[in-house]
Amino acid sequence: MALTDTDTTSTRTIVAPRLKGTPRMSRRATRLVWGIPYGVFTAALAIIFLYPLVWTTVSSFSPQAGSAQTDGWGFGNYVSLANFQAGIWVYLGNSLFVSLVTVALTLVISFLGGYAFARFHFPGKNLLFLLVLAILMVPYATLLIPLYVILNAVGLQNSLLGVALVLTMFQLPFSMFMMRISFESIPRELDEAALVDGCNSFSALWRVLLPAVKPGLITVGLFAFLTAWNDFIAPPILINDTNRMTLPLAVANLRGQVMGVIDYGATEAGVVVLALPCIVLFLVLQRHYVRGFMSGAFKG
Amino acid sequence: MAFTTTARTARRARARSPLGGPVQGWLYAAPTALFVVALFLIPLLLVLQMSGSDWPLLRGNLGWNFPDNYVEAVNHRLFWDSIWFTLKYTVITTVLLVGLGLGLALLVQESTMWKGFLRTSFLIPSALGLASASLLFYVLYSPFAGPFADLMQTWGFTFLGTPEGALWSTVFLIVWRYAGFYMLLMLVGLQGIPEDVFEAARIDGASRWQTFRDITLPLLRPTFALTIVLCVTGSLLAFDQFYILTKGGPDNSTMTIVQLIYNIAFQGQNNLGIAAALSVIVLLALIVINVVQLRAFNRPEEA
Repeated sequence: MALTDTDTTSTRTIVAPRLKGTPRMSRRATRLVWGIPYGVFTAALAIIFLYPLVWTTVSSFSPQAGSAQTDGWGFGNYVSLANFQAGIWVYLGNSLFVSLVTVALTLVISFLGGYAFARFHFPGKNLLFLLVLAILMVPYATLLIPLYVILNAVGLQNSLLGVALVLTMFQLPFSMFMMRISFESIPRELDEAALVDGCNSFSALWRVLLPAVKPGLITVGLFAFLTAWNDFIAPPILINDTNRMTLPLAVANLRGQVMGVIDYGATEAGVVVLALPCIVLFLVLQRHYVRGFMSGAFKG
Repeated sequence: MAFTTTARTARRARARSPLGGPVQGWLYAAPTALFVVALFLIPLLLVLQMSGSDWPLLRGNLGWNFPDNYVEAVNHRLFWDSIWFTLKYTVITTVLLVGLGLGLALLVQESTMWKGFLRTSFLIPSALGLASASLLFYVLYSPFAGPFADLMQTWGFTFLGTPEGALWSTVFLIVWRYAGFYMLLMLVGLQGIPEDVFEAARIDGASRWQTFRDITLPLLRPTFALTIVLCVTGSLLAFDQFYILTKGGPDNSTMTIVQLIYNIAFQGQNNLGIAAALSVIVLLALIVINVVQLRAFNRPEEA
């Protein structure tokens, strides 16, 4: 307190005459005064945001009402999750397959497509981009029915690959937008330099532009993974074999399979298993996707 | 005039584009085009056809009956209720998410260690899928297993048991899940404002509030456009959260338009024709709403 007072007084004598308005040191004093309510307020906000995750994780290890685990702390809820229907390894494997194929397809398509939209002029370009954005506007559940008919027609009925194709399509608006602004934020001089060095458009893309759009690609890949890993509407509509269901669906099915019986404990365990890889990837890649978002700066 | 300008720009760009012409452009865009045509355009045309024909879930097309499905869709007893509820929900979530996104962004704008921690805390829920987040809150709100179970039993309240409670409980879940993401978009927008603009305002003696109102807000316009369009479109098509938390209840009070489409398609009547007609109506409404929004945001700034 005494420190603040002296600081303010000394500031006033030195700075105030030159800079009318708020002197620098008194701003620091303001910051000190506001620091405590700011800290308390934001800490409360952080608790609100983190509490649901912490509570779920902790209670997934505890016995509680409506869970198969009855005594002591431990992995009982995880055991009942693991043994649900076809078993967790089957569902995990299916989910991993769908997610990885979706990520790979999304990366390749939006990398090439973003390049085309950012650097080339071709007839129908604007129409194609508009169609990609229009995907956002169609109610998801209804487009899945004709998609089922079409996948049937090409022999991809009841297949995880079919699910991955569909999820890739729904991922296009975000990823194409992201890759287009990523490419647009790279100066054209880089293309020209590559061409002078003897590249054609493909080797320029592969050797020179790929490193430059890496943050964008990481962002696109991360969001494709999160979407595919968590989607639980496409699999039940496109697949009718329980052994080919994905993990979120199995977790959602933990409730309401038998009338009135909901295994809350196993559901918590399921949420933790679903959330863990997402949160880990999100934290590990944080630096990159924040850069990915910043690179184009969403200029509108 | 506008046309000649675009044509000239295009011609100049074509002449200057060192990488190649339209053929190469199409080659790189070909996978995108293939996906869009095979998995979006053709299914969309199929939805249009379904909406004009009798199409039960398991048998397929039983002939053209336009406009019967549209008439039935509009006359469905929950049609207007679900539209009203969806609009109410959209306004609430858009106002909250855009406002909170900006608020949180302003709270953590400068980088210090504490603000970095806060940013990460607000962003972590965005890593969860909507379905996982909904399942998490389904347990959290439960009167048997949740952290508020004892309180709920003592005081006799429920989160999801009343229409108002179900609405606001779902809104809370959505705010929790998406506020960090909108904060990130707002941070990007704030980053895009050149520092010297603020510097100039400071020299002119503008107060903090004046700077915010007359500089930050107007210059964030493109960011507002992006976030509002994203939020409105997403909320009008809301499904996962209601499907898991309320299934449209209690008493159909939280029936969104997509939940209604889903119910018509897969429960009870199993009538894909009516569901498709309803989808076409929603699609047309969304196109109109988005065109209006983009027009409003692209209106040149009056001096």
